[in-house]
Amino acid sequence: MAAERAGGGGRARKVVPKSDHDFVTGTSYAPAPESSDHVKLAKNYDLFIGGKWVKAGKRMKTVNPATEKVLAEVGEAGAKEVDLAVKAARKAHDSVWGKMPGRERGKYLFRVARLLQERAREFAIIESMDGGKPIRESRDVDLPLVAAHFFYHAGWADKLEYAFPGRKPRPLGVAGQIIPWNFPLLMAAWKLAPALACGNTVVLKPAETTPLTALKLAGLFEEAEFPDGVVNIVTGGGATGQALVEHPGLDKIAFTGSTAVGKMIQRSLAKSGKRHTLELGGKAAHLIFEDAPINQAVEGIVNGIFFNQGHVCCAGSRLLVQEGVAEEVIRKLKRRMETLVVGDPLDKNTDIGAINSQEQLGRITKLVACGTEEGARCWQSGQQLPGRGYWFKPTLFTDCAQSHRVVQEEIFGPVLAIQTFRTTEEGIEKANNTPYGLSGGVWTDKGSKIFKVAGAMRAGVLWANTYNKFDPTSPFGGYKESGVGREGGVHGLGGYLELQE
Amino acid sequence: MGVPTIEFPDLKSIPPIDQVGVEERAARFQTRSIKAETKMSALRLAVTMLDVTTLEGADSVGKVRQMCAKAMRPLPEDPSVGPAAAVCVYPSLVRVAAEELAGSGVKVASVATAFPSGQARMKERLAEIRYAVAEGADEIDMVISRGKFLSGQYRAVFEEIVRCKEACGKAHLKVILETGELRTYDNVRIASELAMGAGADFIKTSTGKVQPAATLPVTLVMLEAIQDYVDRTGRKVGMKPAGGVSTAKLALQYLVMVKETLGDAWLSNEWFRFGASSLTNDLLMQIRKQQSGRYQSGDYFSKD
Repeated sequence: MAAERAGGGGRARKVVPKSDHDFVTGTSYAPAPESSDHVKLAKNYDLFIGGKWVKAGKRMKTVNPATEKVLAEVGEAGAKEVDLAVKAARKAHDSVWGKMPGRERGKYLFRVARLLQERAREFAIIESMDGGKPIRESRDVDLPLVAAHFFYHAGWADKLEYAFPGRKPRPLGVAGQIIPWNFPLLMAAWKLAPALACGNTVVLKPAETTPLTALKLAGLFEEAEFPDGVVNIVTGGGATGQALVEHPGLDKIAFTGSTAVGKMIQRSLAKSGKRHTLELGGKAAHLIFEDAPINQAVEGIVNGIFFNQGHVCCAGSRLLVQEGVAEEVIRKLKRRMETLVVGDPLDKNTDIGAINSQEQLGRITKLVACGTEEGARCWQSGQQLPGRGYWFKPTLFTDCAQSHRVVQEEIFGPVLAIQTFRTTEEGIEKANNTPYGLSGGVWTDKGSKIFKVAGAMRAGVLWANTYNKFDPTSPFGGYKESGVGREGGVHGLGGYLELQE
Repeated sequence: MGVPTIEFPDLKSIPPIDQVGVEERAARFQTRSIKAETKMSALRLAVTMLDVTTLEGADSVGKVRQMCAKAMRPLPEDPSVGPAAAVCVYPSLVRVAAEELAGSGVKVASVATAFPSGQARMKERLAEIRYAVAEGADEIDMVISRGKFLSGQYRAVFEEIVRCKEACGKAHLKVILETGELRTYDNVRIASELAMGAGADFIKTSTGKVQPAATLPVTLVMLEAIQDYVDRTGRKVGMKPAGGVSTAKLALQYLVMVKETLGDAWLSNEWFRFGASSLTNDLLMQIRKQQSGRYQSGDYFSKD
């Protein structure tokens, strides 16, 4: 709505603008921020080792990506602190946790799960402040899933023999766990809950840009009176991660993150005898067939790529639409993208929050520029982005070729590459023509087609007529360069157990 | 807009509806947080979209007069609130309403066509429309023959609506699908297409006499049908959820859904209505609350 218009004859006439928050004429809803008044954040956090808070030699800052303000300083663990943590974990495993009956371990896990539910609001707010994700998602998706993972695995703790009939399940020992910044607390839960339920002790390294909720979680382990050293949390950057991976005292490495780092880890683990599970990148194909429920499919596409700003390893970042409906789908998708609310992650109406870090914003910007250079057609929705902080508009590319970098490479941002296909076979071929194989989606009203396509797609997780649905009972993991091993469900338990005959 | 092209819809081109997806999407609108100026302007808008309704066997001349007064000036001390869009009554009370509302801009709507069941001969149903229009109705709310629809006689239902539209003359036609009896979202979508193709000015969820009446997901299916129809033909069609929208909070969630589905062009009583009776006072109560910061008891709002 034009607020000012120059009148004829050089006489500038000021038109009184209607409020931007008028329901009928406004371009946005009035702010509805979730209050962060009750959130307790310390100025400094130390490392959580052997049940105590240990000062690190070096410190680093963690910022709110929506405001660029420093939230807190955390320790940066070096080789010395990592060694302390691994030793504490070993001691706890050998003296208490590894020997403890499963039903007792389960009680501790149930206690943490309940504490997480009680404190969900505070955790959700910190998650949004530290990582930039909208409060609607951290409140409605992350935190409920975090609690669910602890509840689910708490239930397994005394039933492991029934999960693997005829085998004697034994804990592996000490697990080193390295998690990414896209779902900081949820990834901590994915890693910690099964490891602990199976009787392992852990050293967890949160991501460099999002350490706060893991450190708050350490506080809950204290409150739940876990034996010292069962859970150790060492914050830091790449060097800390490397020190952990290379530490000889570990029995297992679990890593979630980029394929490049995953390859480095696998290389350094060779001949070490350590087990590993790797959950790496993805470039998921999302197939829309002509007989799909189109309006719901459009919503599925939006959930697939714009959930968590596209910082999702299983994001549906390659859209494959059958020719007959391509025009309609793209038209509707653009219209829907215009209604997405981009802005303050703590506002309850925000659909798309801040990009996690300046570094990631740079990576997205570079790849999008590359898409245009290579000849794909770029379209962005018209939202105004906030002045400070790291932001990126919902973006899509049409006229993409299979060889374009925006089709081949993981962008890890709110950027969708669209291609079309004519026959089912062509759709499947394009979907599988990638080094990745983490996830995929298919939309059709025909049940038989769902089975045919899902069976032919080389991906670890397949969604039919929905997208980005998670559950602790369901194994998650990839084919090809998307990783090794599975997390969640019975399959996930197997990754933390030695199954003796 | 102009004169609608009467055309039987191409049933093969109607997209299927995924139940889980629609319900999930509708639930998302409920998480929008509408506050401050946005809330106040939305509440005021909702008042102007009301079809204040009474459809009881015990309706009296006095009750209809009272309702008309309320529709014209919902908050007696504040003329900036309202007026409502229309007063909706049975044909026999149309004349009373028309006399009360004359010159006010508030429309007279009448149910017709053997409301609510539609179980009568076509001849009588059309005669009822003509009678209501002659008595002064600006808008006719018809019901479709659900029996015919459910037995697959889509063509018969379509032709029934075409004839009702003709009988309306200048009056606007709202077509009640009675979604609670259609059972599936796919059926709701097909019935919406039949009604729009046959020239409906509005499509409406329910009579209010059958449960479930209006719900967010069913309304979403109809809004999406309208959007596809507009994309295809260029003719706008209005939407009226009726029955079940009893609180201001829910009404605002409907408005959010309209805004984010069809856009701001539908945010006026020319294109969107609420068929409701108890909603009015809750809207007024919330408006007072926004102004004063306090809730007042029900005794401070006239019950009509």
